Amino acid sequence: MDLRFTDEERAFRQEVRDWIDANLPADTRERMAAGRTPTKQMQVDWQKKLNAKGWCVPHWPAEWGGQKDWSAIKRFILLEELQGTPAPIPLGFNCNMLGPVLIAFGTEEQKKFFLPKLANLDLWFCQGFSEPGAGSDLASLKTRAVREGDHYIVNGQKTWTTLAQYADWIFLLVRTNPEATKQQEGISFLVVDMNTPGITVRPIITIDGAHEVNEVFFDDVKVPVANLVGTEHRGWDCAKFLLSNERTGQARVGASKDRIRRLKLIAQNAPGGERPMIEDGRFRERLVEVEVQLKALEMTTMRVLADENRQLSERKPNPASSVLKIRGTEIQQAISDLYVMAAGPYGMVGADPDGDRWNEPELAPEWATLAQPTYFNWRKQTIYGGSTEIQKNIMAKAFLGL
Amino acid sequence: MDFDLSEDQRLLQDSLTKLLADKYKFEDRKRFMKSANGWSQEMWEAYADLGLLGLPFAEEDGGFGAGPVEVMLMAEAMGSAITLEPWLATVVMGGGFIRHGASAAQRAAMVPEIALGKLKLAFGYTEPQSRHDLHDVATTAKKDGAGWVLEGRKGVVLHGDVADQIVVTARIGGARRDKSGIGVFLVPANTKGVTRRGYPTTDGLRGAEITLDRVSLPAEALLGDAGNGLALVDRVVDETIAALAGEAVGAMDALQKLTLDYLKTRKQFGWPIGSFQSLQHRAAEMMVCLEEARSMAMLAAMMAAEPDATERRRQMSAVKVQTGRSGKFIGQGAIQLHGGIAMTMEYLGGHYFKRLTTIDTMFGDADHHLTQLMAMGGLNQAA
Repeated sequence: MDLRFTDEERAFRQEVRDWIDANLPADTRERMAAGRTPTKQMQVDWQKKLNAKGWCVPHWPAEWGGQKDWSAIKRFILLEELQGTPAPIPLGFNCNMLGPVLIAFGTEEQKKFFLPKLANLDLWFCQGFSEPGAGSDLASLKTRAVREGDHYIVNGQKTWTTLAQYADWIFLLVRTNPEATKQQEGISFLVVDMNTPGITVRPIITIDGAHEVNEVFFDDVKVPVANLVGTEHRGWDCAKFLLSNERTGQARVGASKDRIRRLKLIAQNAPGGERPMIEDGRFRERLVEVEVQLKALEMTTMRVLADENRQLSERKPNPASSVLKIRGTEIQQAISDLYVMAAGPYGMVGADPDGDRWNEPELAPEWATLAQPTYFNWRKQTIYGGSTEIQKNIMAKAFLGL
Repeated sequence: MDFDLSEDQRLLQDSLTKLLADKYKFEDRKRFMKSANGWSQEMWEAYADLGLLGLPFAEEDGGFGAGPVEVMLMAEAMGSAITLEPWLATVVMGGGFIRHGASAAQRAAMVPEIALGKLKLAFGYTEPQSRHDLHDVATTAKKDGAGWVLEGRKGVVLHGDVADQIVVTARIGGARRDKSGIGVFLVPANTKGVTRRGYPTTDGLRGAEITLDRVSLPAEALLGDAGNGLALVDRVVDETIAALAGEAVGAMDALQKLTLDYLKTRKQFGWPIGSFQSLQHRAAEMMVCLEEARSMAMLAAMMAAEPDATERRRQMSAVKVQTGRSGKFIGQGAIQLHGGIAMTMEYLGGHYFKRLTTIDTMFGDADHHLTQLMAMGGLNQAA
């Protein structure tokens, strides 16, 4: 057991850092440093650069652009440096969700057509899982696909569809067999071109004012049978596989570290009564509490990564992985709360997360105007991707045997 | 970065775990606690036979040359059985001072004896007024010819009642709370002027109040630097914090398992109580805390040998905060999930809770270290 980074791993971290410094466009860097999400164009341009460097999908098999000899630790270092800059990270829908599903379940034609486009973000995918009546109980989904010759006819509604307004395609869970004895057994996994007639996207504006998620309606949408991924009625296998992938990214350790480092600098200058905010005892105590939790999360991430480095056959389900989603999201929320505390009254001025600049000329520093919207927005983190409560249910079953 | 255990490490873990599973059941522990010393001489010898008592000492001194990871594994196993023997006091604390502060001649004389289980040590650092501040030392050491004369009192000295030699801090110069001017002395327990009053601590281990009344010591009783004993103390304490983190994880893990077994067998309202979601979620939260503590115990093992004392202490404070918080959450949760049965002396669960409580207290509880960490500016640099 040696828990230190090797010289090689350290050198790789430096290489990544230098490369990001040399290649990340200034406007992207500035926007992300302020705590905003990248624009579509920023994401696309940056992902193409990463892909050309071979750093977009290192976890894929080498024949599809992956890095054969990379350890899980090395992948983590890359991710941590991207999050820590911060720079855009490869689009999760493409690289961590659909890509691995296609690699595991897709036909040769599907792999050849989609995988290069996913890595290079030539096609932007969104995820059609949740429905108005199927949230935590995802398998109760009702969107119907009826086979007619070479096509499925899809009818129904998806919701919480993140960045559907940018998406070229959507991957979708649909019910193909409503008669199946178990509801999980009548579901199929489809990929659908968003330009297909009958698809309507309606924005959902979240409490921070952002247009991030959408409702997507399907009204007699014709989808070629060739767009079925895996076996008909066995889409739940794909969904389960997808949801179990890349747990280590969910912890967002690098991003949280970066947010804390920035917050400390901010708090050294932000007014906190007679002294700067950093000298406020309650603020400082809460900040340091989060730092300790983050350190524990970082070490836990390392443990899970070391596990992922082992051969599949030697892997056991690791209870440490459940910690990542639960604590990773709690920590991010706690940090966003500390930003609100640091911003104080001028945090109420607020900012439009989509970039409408009523803060010009500046009423309050940009970080302060983003503090409350970010805090509002990040309530989502303990809800999406399997809520904290669902994670605990999973733990009780999978690890505690209850 | 590599989290796998070596063959030797696995062997060490297996042999100790097996020994304790065979010979350190709850009934055995109760019996040991009632014996004259409050622990088992037979087990002490068994640890010596396994090589555990010489584990972290250099091979040239008669030890086994093991590092912090081995100590963590040993501590974890000890924690899972909440053992009563003075291994922490002798091997980790006292032994730490021998390793880092004793002369070659002292090491040559003492290490083989420690490894054989024939020499027991203790460390006296607490004083009635000092709370958790290691530098708050009222006990004095005055030069007397070539030697020293010690005067003062050390309190809550873990296994101080049975130790053959006791390491104590004493002030050579400066004011009571100065960080400089502290000396570390090795005091044979049978020296004239040393009186000891032993007592059981709340966790079932043993403590002692030690009075030093004009205790004359030879020059070589001073370990390490005359004026800068605190650096030596910090080093040994940080190693001890790492071992305690391992012990705490062993105790938390065992207590979590005990609780899960109970949840699966105890029935109320016609169902095993583990089928109720509110209890499941609390058990899941306990597991999150356990895994966090486990991660931090590994961090502690990684940092125990860090030469940069400031960085080492910073990380150790974080370790103390997390293990203290986790231990409290799991200890309190385990009792709550059990219900009344875990309130009884006759049930194992409460004894883990008590040991976790004293582990938190030792060398400063979670809140003490949170304050320390705040004063050090936290873990991350502003940027």
